[in-house]
Amino acid sequence: MSEVKYSKEHEWIKLDGDVATIGITKHATEMLGDIVFAELPEKGSNVEKDGTAGVVESTKAASDVYTPVSGEVVDTNQAIVDDPSKINQDPEDSAWFFKLKIKDPTEMDTLMNKDDYDKFAKETSA
Amino acid sequence: METKKTSLYQLHQDCNAKFVEFAGYQMPIQYSEGIVEEHRFTRNHSGIFDVSHMGQLFIYGGEDLIKDLERIFPLDLKNLKLNHSKYSFLMDKDAGIHDDLIITKTNEGFLIILNAACKDNDLKILRELLKEKYKMVLDENRSLIAIQGPKSSEILNDVINGVKDLNFMSGNWFTFENQKVYITRSGYTGEDGFEISIANDFVDKLTRELINKGSKLIGLGARDTLRLEAGLCLYGHDLDKNKTPVEANLKWAISKERISKGDFIGSDIIIKQLNDGVSKIRVGIKPEGRIIAREKTKIFNQSDVHIGEITSGTFGPSVNGPVAMGYVENEFSKKNTKVFLEVRGKKHPASICSLPFYKKSYVKGVN
Repeated sequence: MSEVKYSKEHEWIKLDGDVATIGITKHATEMLGDIVFAELPEKGSNVEKDGTAGVVESTKAASDVYTPVSGEVVDTNQAIVDDPSKINQDPEDSAWFFKLKIKDPTEMDTLMNKDDYDKFAKETSA
Repeated sequence: METKKTSLYQLHQDCNAKFVEFAGYQMPIQYSEGIVEEHRFTRNHSGIFDVSHMGQLFIYGGEDLIKDLERIFPLDLKNLKLNHSKYSFLMDKDAGIHDDLIITKTNEGFLIILNAACKDNDLKILRELLKEKYKMVLDENRSLIAIQGPKSSEILNDVINGVKDLNFMSGNWFTFENQKVYITRSGYTGEDGFEISIANDFVDKLTRELINKGSKLIGLGARDTLRLEAGLCLYGHDLDKNKTPVEANLKWAISKERISKGDFIGSDIIIKQLNDGVSKIRVGIKPEGRIIAREKTKIFNQSDVHIGEITSGTFGPSVNGPVAMGYVENEFSKKNTKVFLEVRGKKHPASICSLPFYKKSYVKGVN
């Protein structure tokens, strides 16, 4: 399994073969506050790199979720739709959002590693 | 213009508040535990809200003042008992709402609590209406805090003895550190609670004592979810100059005695609307499922005709689901009417429901 990569829109992505698991980062959940609603892309749909692929809402506002790479949605995590507070509890593991069969593995090269993302998150929230 | 800070700013910082600018003030939107936990803590225990940005307008006067204020507010102020409070509105001649407010009869006149964003304009309007007849002070030297939730009476009474004997919507002067504090049993959460007007220099000490007794500071974020669950209006959203109290479904707050006389500002329109009905009216709206319909969401009927708009909508932590209110055409305002809410381009089913979403637990008569 490859290392976890991160996007500037605060998504994480973990590649296993040609299937990527995607969610939002702990930093993103801290900025959003209590998440009370999640909407995921439809299974079987195709999403494009940097396009919207879901929505999360806190008590305060709605935010789009973007996909850091292109592909076909092969699975979604119904557990976070049923109980969105799971996203605050375990954002970078069990509260993943969707899985993609990726189209172009080179898209992964445009994303940040953990150190770069942590630095980016710190700078942008300051 | 530089944003103002309340006298509790340091305490908010000490409690790790996240700040937002609200009506020209730096106000805490939430603390470290977050809106949902703060909301629940208020419902189950006791929460303290810094509402010092709100206007505390003292108007001094006697019988003449009562007569003059009755021409402005649709209230039977003559028969209002000393230290009793009423919810009311400052209206224009078309009954459009400039502000909603709480007015209390004091031993020297009246105390009116005004919305932060409206207070300067309210004062201007009232000065024009009352000329120079009465001394009016929009008191910046006093802070205002609310303590709300089932444990609040016990906690506040431990610090300021006697407050537990106040009845709902009434107040009195009490003493804290040799300072006169005016406390009313009221609030904006649907819970039993109090609002405390106290000199700026003493509010920090009082608040820290209340925290030591087990209450917690709660931000504006939870204040909004609490009031919406309680079905209470937020000025600038659910109420504004293009809406009348009758349209806002607040006719309960208009004195029947005063309607029969009809001599207050906006009374012509109010009486006409009470007799003929209104074309749009404020209702509670419960979305099906978990979809959140926020302010400005369009409302459609079952024939896909646009019939209204959401004015407040969020997730209600105690209801554990989305809650909203808004205005719909009168014929679609009946409870259980099915409607559709357009969120992100899709129409989602919802139904008209009665307010509040969360049952109030006010203490009515302790005496």
